[in-house]
Amino acid sequence: MTAAAYAEIAVFFAALTALAVPLGGFIARALAGEAPLVGRVLGPLERALYRVAGVDPAEEMSWRRYAASVLVFNAAGLLLLYALQRLQPALPLNPGRLAAVPGGVAINTAVSFVTNTDWQAYAGESTLSPLVQMAGLAVQNFLSAATGLAVLAALARGLGQRSKGALGSFWVDLTRGTLHVLLPLSMALALLLAGLGVVQSFGGEGRWPLREPARDASGRPVTEQVVPVGPVASQVAIKQLGTNGGGYYAANSAHPYENPTPLTNLAEALAILLVPAALCFTFGGWVGDRRQGWTVYAAMLAILVPLTIATVAAEQAGNPALAALGVDQRPGPLQAGGNMEGKEARLGPVDAGIWAAATTAASNGSVDAQHDSLTPLGGLWPMWLMQLGEIVFGGVGSGLYGMLLFVIVAVFVSGLMVGRTPEYLGKKIEAREIKLASVAILLPSAVVLGGTALACLVPAAAAAAGNPGPHGFSEILYAFSSTANNNGSAFGGLTADGPFWRRATNVAMLVGRYGVLVPVLAIAGGLARKRAAPPSAGTLPTHGPLFAGLLVATVLLVGALTFLPALALGPVVEHLQLHAR
Amino acid sequence: MDALAHPSAHAQPLLPGAVVRTATLDALRKLDPRLMVRNPVMFTVEVGSAFTTALFLHAVVTGRGDAPAGFILAVAAWLWFTVLFANFAEAVAEGRGKAQADTLRRARREVVATRLSAPSRDAPREDVPAARLRRGDVVWIEAGQIVPGDGEVVEGIASVDESAITGESAPVIRESGGDRSAVTGGTRVLSDWLVVRITAEPGQSFLDRMIGLVEGAKRQKTPNEIALDILLAALTLVFLLATATLLPFSVHAVRAAGAGAPVGLTVLVALLVCLIPTTIGALLSAIGIAGMDRMIRANVIATSGRAVEAAGDVDVLLLDKTGTITLGNRQAAAFLPADGVTERALADAAQLASLADETPEGRSIVVLAKERHGLRGRTLESGAVFVPFAAQTRMSGVDLGGRRVRKGAQDAIARFVAAEGGRVPDEVRLIAEGVARGGATPLVVAEGDRALGVVELKDVVKGGIKEKFAELRRMGIRTVMVTGDNALTAASIAAEAGVDEFLAEATPEMKLAHIRAWQAKGHLVAMTGDGTNDAPALAQADVAVAMHTGTQAAKEAGNMVDLDSNPTKLIQIVEIGKQLLMTRGALTTFSIANDVAKYFAIIPAAFGATYPVLGALDVMRLHSPASAILSAVIFNALVIVALIPLALRGIAYRPAPASTILARHALLYGVGGLALPFAGIKLIDLALAALRLV
Repeated sequence: MTAAAYAEIAVFFAALTALAVPLGGFIARALAGEAPLVGRVLGPLERALYRVAGVDPAEEMSWRRYAASVLVFNAAGLLLLYALQRLQPALPLNPGRLAAVPGGVAINTAVSFVTNTDWQAYAGESTLSPLVQMAGLAVQNFLSAATGLAVLAALARGLGQRSKGALGSFWVDLTRGTLHVLLPLSMALALLLAGLGVVQSFGGEGRWPLREPARDASGRPVTEQVVPVGPVASQVAIKQLGTNGGGYYAANSAHPYENPTPLTNLAEALAILLVPAALCFTFGGWVGDRRQGWTVYAAMLAILVPLTIATVAAEQAGNPALAALGVDQRPGPLQAGGNMEGKEARLGPVDAGIWAAATTAASNGSVDAQHDSLTPLGGLWPMWLMQLGEIVFGGVGSGLYGMLLFVIVAVFVSGLMVGRTPEYLGKKIEAREIKLASVAILLPSAVVLGGTALACLVPAAAAAAGNPGPHGFSEILYAFSSTANNNGSAFGGLTADGPFWRRATNVAMLVGRYGVLVPVLAIAGGLARKRAAPPSAGTLPTHGPLFAGLLVATVLLVGALTFLPALALGPVVEHLQLHAR
Repeated sequence: MDALAHPSAHAQPLLPGAVVRTATLDALRKLDPRLMVRNPVMFTVEVGSAFTTALFLHAVVTGRGDAPAGFILAVAAWLWFTVLFANFAEAVAEGRGKAQADTLRRARREVVATRLSAPSRDAPREDVPAARLRRGDVVWIEAGQIVPGDGEVVEGIASVDESAITGESAPVIRESGGDRSAVTGGTRVLSDWLVVRITAEPGQSFLDRMIGLVEGAKRQKTPNEIALDILLAALTLVFLLATATLLPFSVHAVRAAGAGAPVGLTVLVALLVCLIPTTIGALLSAIGIAGMDRMIRANVIATSGRAVEAAGDVDVLLLDKTGTITLGNRQAAAFLPADGVTERALADAAQLASLADETPEGRSIVVLAKERHGLRGRTLESGAVFVPFAAQTRMSGVDLGGRRVRKGAQDAIARFVAAEGGRVPDEVRLIAEGVARGGATPLVVAEGDRALGVVELKDVVKGGIKEKFAELRRMGIRTVMVTGDNALTAASIAAEAGVDEFLAEATPEMKLAHIRAWQAKGHLVAMTGDGTNDAPALAQADVAVAMHTGTQAAKEAGNMVDLDSNPTKLIQIVEIGKQLLMTRGALTTFSIANDVAKYFAIIPAAFGATYPVLGALDVMRLHSPASAILSAVIFNALVIVALIPLALRGIAYRPAPASTILARHALLYGVGGLALPFAGIKLIDLALAALRLV
């Protein structure tokens, strides 16, 4: 790995931290409706919305009511998104005269966007009209992220000192998350990206003459390339910021209209991690102890930075099979070097490696390179980052609440080791919390392993893998790791629009989202009722390097012990075979 | 004197031969799946053992097993051993308690009680077996008889031998009314008689509860144990998933590679058992029983495991000043003479006035005079008239010839001196006030009309108690001294003893309010108490230790009874609670950390035939795939046996702040747990290879 690559990684994470700390404070104030400027401008709109919807903004919900509101609201969003796709030909803003989306794909897409997964079994630009992209997908991009944010806020209230069993109002959290946090942030990013060259237009399509004319399948000459254009920059902004990842184009951020330059690449990659990172600091503020936020943030970095370096190193090292043929893969002034298969020449392996790690660490799933073409180890680390449960930054809100489940487990075991029944932020961690946290941690892993096992046994499912051998196994494993953890990135190489894969990924995405979200709310409700014990010298400190280390160890140990056998049969074997030749 | 009485006096070996013999049989008896199902981890192992045994029989009968029959047999045998070792650990822990229960049971002999038809010694009597006595019955007990059940003395006074329960051979006085009215079934009345109202239903007496507790028969899982059980069950499920899905994965791999055969069921079961947290699963219940056992050895009977657990969480200790922080009574600390009086003359007069004073204060004056001035305690010639202390005069002394020597409270002596025609000089008054300001009690000594000076009576703080409190503070536990003294005296003793806070002129209501105030702030409070008026506070406290000498009401309100009636015991109780939780946490960490090495042993062994390149993961360079798998299984079983002593004894406990303890245990049991199995598995593999067993 080159010094320049190390420097780029260092700059990337330094910039992330510098942006995340103030943003964390902003989000805390915005969710209270007190953000400077934004609160004043959008406050009246917010209150009007409550009046129209008949919402009492002062309502304090129990966890059951909170969870029911989330589920009902998400179910309604799912139905609406399905309807928009099916009724596409009858609706305006369809310049490409695209037909109705087939039922199976429409359900899959609706589930995918409502669960903040954005797994795409279709090519966006040739399947969905600008209206569906904007009024359907983009809306869910906002709302699914705001849902995660709301659930995190509820959990923080449960953990906070203010007890009485109440978690606040989902409607208020959802509205403020959308209006005061995500909307201003994505407007700013959309303007920045458009300024840097990302397409933003209702113009229909761009036509470009081909330098080398070709012939199509029936032998007719093809002299120009037609690329549909649309409101790309605005879509990309929320796709990145809301850990959604569903691109306007099938090629996602590898497409030059979505991500034209290394500079837009840096901005978009930072945007992937920005909100989840900032939420660590928001959380610290919420629970009244900034050190708690820094500790969780440090634990996340302690996992992500080494895995980013490992991914970039694997990509920059290139392919030994090509080296054997005498191909020069060394980085130099004239070439980026390393493994260039599946990568954009304007980005290269370092940019792609950082993006691959970031997009799998956060449950984003947008890509700027083909993950199927990563080296075995370069693919192993991103896959593992998803399998950890999308908790190393993870999704907006969902990443941190997932991480807090691991905090509960870490606190439980290490709390016992100091000779007290365990507590976190003064709240006792008892059988109910452990039961719910276990369920929430177990379910996504069960779907990943169970789904992969099923796909190995069902011939039609296994045949969808584009490659034989361990790489094909990796493609299957990756698909379930991505969907069950609501990441949404595709390894590629897998034909995922068949009935098995559509149905299996539907189940995976729903279980991965609500199988975690509902237990988290139940934990929040239980904790809210508990009295907080004041800390003493005998209390396990949940801040500082020691606890961060224990948290990292818990996450890595659970992740490694659950997935080591599966990973050994996929990327590890592939890596060993590649280098054994 | 029995085994329970003074266990420390003749330190028992951890595993006496008799206990091991019974435990071995019990381990087999506990294989009953209906019992095993209570422990999800070990039940999984038992199912795995039965399954591999079936695979072995299948291999023998058909000749086409899923692995060589010898290998399957070896795996099956070691899996059975794993279950047996776990059962053995539990049985040993129970066995240690059973030995004590047997001693206790001897006290519960069948006795015939004399029931009275009314609560009076003159009421008509009838003989009934003790087992038929109900709550509310009234019985007559006289010298030589065994008390038939727990009860409250309603009439009479008697000396009672309670050694069967407390181990204390000196008889105690039991009388009606006051704080010494409780009698315990199984104890013996030595003199006089008692009329007792029975307070426990048959089978629920203190003795019955004790027997049940030490035997572990009625042991229920504590809340924290339940939570840990859930975590262990969840981990078991994770590993069940990870291993069960390996079969389809390997089918896919074999199809893709075109080499090897799908992984065998024996190997998968072996992998599963190695991965699930068997170490902590096997020892969890032994740790809990051993914790209760350590309490019993400290002569404390906890009414539930929950109370032992709560003891570890306590962060406020309410300690009675007298007996806990200070020695029982005030002691003379200095002679402060008036002008023109020598210290020796004052000491002499004070000693004279105290010779017949049998109170501890009086005795301490005699001793101090002897120590400081070599004044021997004299036997007084006849003619000396002792004036005992009386509530009206509030002084005591002696009339000897013409000498009238008195000692007493300042105002009382002032009256005496005035009556004799003198007056207490101002400087004596100042000395006395100075002593009071210092938190001690001034005792003015006068002879006739002359005030000679002041004897300073001080509370003597127990040696080493200050260090103990400093230790507690480092552990995050605050100490509150409770005393009936005034605030001045209390503050001075509090400062000397190094407690964090004090509650002066405390009444039972104040104690209760104080506990509630702490609890409202989220603290867990522990206290000791003995009197009936302590009962509300005891009931409110999270850990309430009643003195065995105390009243029945106090004992019922508390959740522990200290048979030694030693208030300092509270500190030991907290330590035992913490040690119990630490042992649980440490072994859980160890158990999970162990798994990494087992993967590195088994994965290459299981898939080497399909993907030979996976040999790169065999970092231990084990002899053969069969030996790798067997070594991991054997290590997994042996580590349970190796840790039984640790589970019974509890991990070493040193008071320190939580962060220090955590760092030490994370290193020892986490990092150590990660590294140890690599060495252990390699050694077993070398041994198996050297013995040509694989």
